[in-house]
Amino acid sequence: MQWETVIGLEVHAQLATKSKIFSGAATAYGAAPNTQACAIDLGLPGVLPVLNTEAVRMAVKFGLSVDAHITPRSVFARKNYFYPDLPKGYQISQYELPIVSEGYLDIDLEDGTRKRIHIERAHLEEDAGKSLHEDFQGLSGIDLNRAGTPLIEIVSKPDLRSAKEAVAYLKALHALVRYLEICDGNLQEGSFRCDANVSVRPVGQKELGTRAEIKNLNSFRFVERAINYEVERQIDLIESGGKIKQETRLYDSDKNETRAMRSKEEANDYRYFPDPDLCPVVVAPEYIEQIKHELPELPQQKRERFQNDYQLSSYDAGILVSSRELANYFEQVVKLSEAPAKLVANWINGELAAALNKHNLEITESPIAVERLAGLLKRIHDNTISGKIAKTIFETLWNSNHTADEIIEQQGLRQVTDTSAIEKMLDEVIAANPQQLADYRSGKDKLFGFFVGQAMKASGGKLNPQQVNDLLKQKLAG
Amino acid sequence: MSLSPEEVIKISHLARLAIDEQAIPKYAQELSNIFDLVAQMNQVDTQGIVPTTHPLDIPQRLRADVVSETDQRELMQKGAPSVEVGLYLVPQVIE
Repeated sequence: MQWETVIGLEVHAQLATKSKIFSGAATAYGAAPNTQACAIDLGLPGVLPVLNTEAVRMAVKFGLSVDAHITPRSVFARKNYFYPDLPKGYQISQYELPIVSEGYLDIDLEDGTRKRIHIERAHLEEDAGKSLHEDFQGLSGIDLNRAGTPLIEIVSKPDLRSAKEAVAYLKALHALVRYLEICDGNLQEGSFRCDANVSVRPVGQKELGTRAEIKNLNSFRFVERAINYEVERQIDLIESGGKIKQETRLYDSDKNETRAMRSKEEANDYRYFPDPDLCPVVVAPEYIEQIKHELPELPQQKRERFQNDYQLSSYDAGILVSSRELANYFEQVVKLSEAPAKLVANWINGELAAALNKHNLEITESPIAVERLAGLLKRIHDNTISGKIAKTIFETLWNSNHTADEIIEQQGLRQVTDTSAIEKMLDEVIAANPQQLADYRSGKDKLFGFFVGQAMKASGGKLNPQQVNDLLKQKLAG
Repeated sequence: MSLSPEEVIKISHLARLAIDEQAIPKYAQELSNIFDLVAQMNQVDTQGIVPTTHPLDIPQRLRADVVSETDQRELMQKGAPSVEVGLYLVPQVIE
């Protein structure tokens, strides 16, 4: 039987506020345990939550960026469950009236097509604390620094049809919240987390299959692996006569498998009700208009502009707009170097991306700042150096503070464009290889590359490749 | 509406309330009375009426995004039964 995969994602993005959603405690990451948990976060008797204006502004900003409906009067509700890192015994969240509903995000797939993924809702809520299960002789340690940190939970419709689509959507969402500067997007620190609702159904069937919710997906790679594993598990189970249970499953990245979470089975009865401690959140139309004007150029718009203004491929543009910082870097290098945008894109997405990746650095931490990369590309463009020499200069740029011009001067790397000098070198190469010359002339065309190689080697790669090609052709023809 | 003993047990478990088994019929009756009241209210035609989400008809006040709380861990943890390296210790709950 042919099966279709159906996926919906719930993303928790931590909002980049200075203080918590309902208290004045700090939200900085990495503080000593419980030093950023005040009486409100601890749920001590008699405290009252007061909503952070920035959290509201960020949620509205997000809603507008996905063309969603902003609820004029949204309501906070209590989600009741018991867990040691939730001191109040309930999480303040939004249920029937979330602040954002009915939006969408367009994603670009590998085959070049664009797909619209609908966003059902996005609501504000507080995060829980952290439980540490090691080292306490049968007890758990609770750190409530994270309790009360503002989150926006973004719930997609079940529009995704493969693990790859899920990752594309997740990456697009990740880029978006960072463009909006509402979330730092740090997956390792848990600022951007994802749960996946996965089900399968026979191709052609209208009704959805029973879904499993996979938790604990903290990297794009794990999302893809966990979904693929889960899809296979469900198909195997159904085909061998079993039935899918609606349950919460945990992804174990070490074993690359998902397994049922015991404690959550009976917990899905949260008994939501409006939180009497908080009045409805009213968002005025003028306020929405004002935030609309503050929206930056969004990834999708930037990508289209890069394709139109710089004549870049969808692929190149897609990589460059994946972060606002990378896109800015690109535009500055184009401006400073006056080199063709395609050349700049190739270098940034090629050499620079590979080096950054190898050293696990972000573009903002690049040892080669905009000016020095622009200096290098300028010299490729005006033919001072060959592309090949440029790669060795790039390495020196990475490991030193010199400019490309300094390195070219110091190491004498200027490209040889003087025809007579090139001819002289080619004559020497041809004279040194009489056998190859004879073979070439008797029809072994492939040996052309051999001569180019020899000439480049003899010159230390400094000859202009185009000139070498033209002159060598004449000379070998005899 | 009449709640079954199983439903009473489930509700008490969700609320983490220990109840005496002998008292289950009594609770079933009392809770059923509450549900009857709800059922009675459900008969009223409320079409076109905006649901009340809060008894006060005022919008939520907002606070500026400013860190105003200082570290009071020592004070807060005075009342905790067990503390280690700054963490509250509780009976283990593990997945």
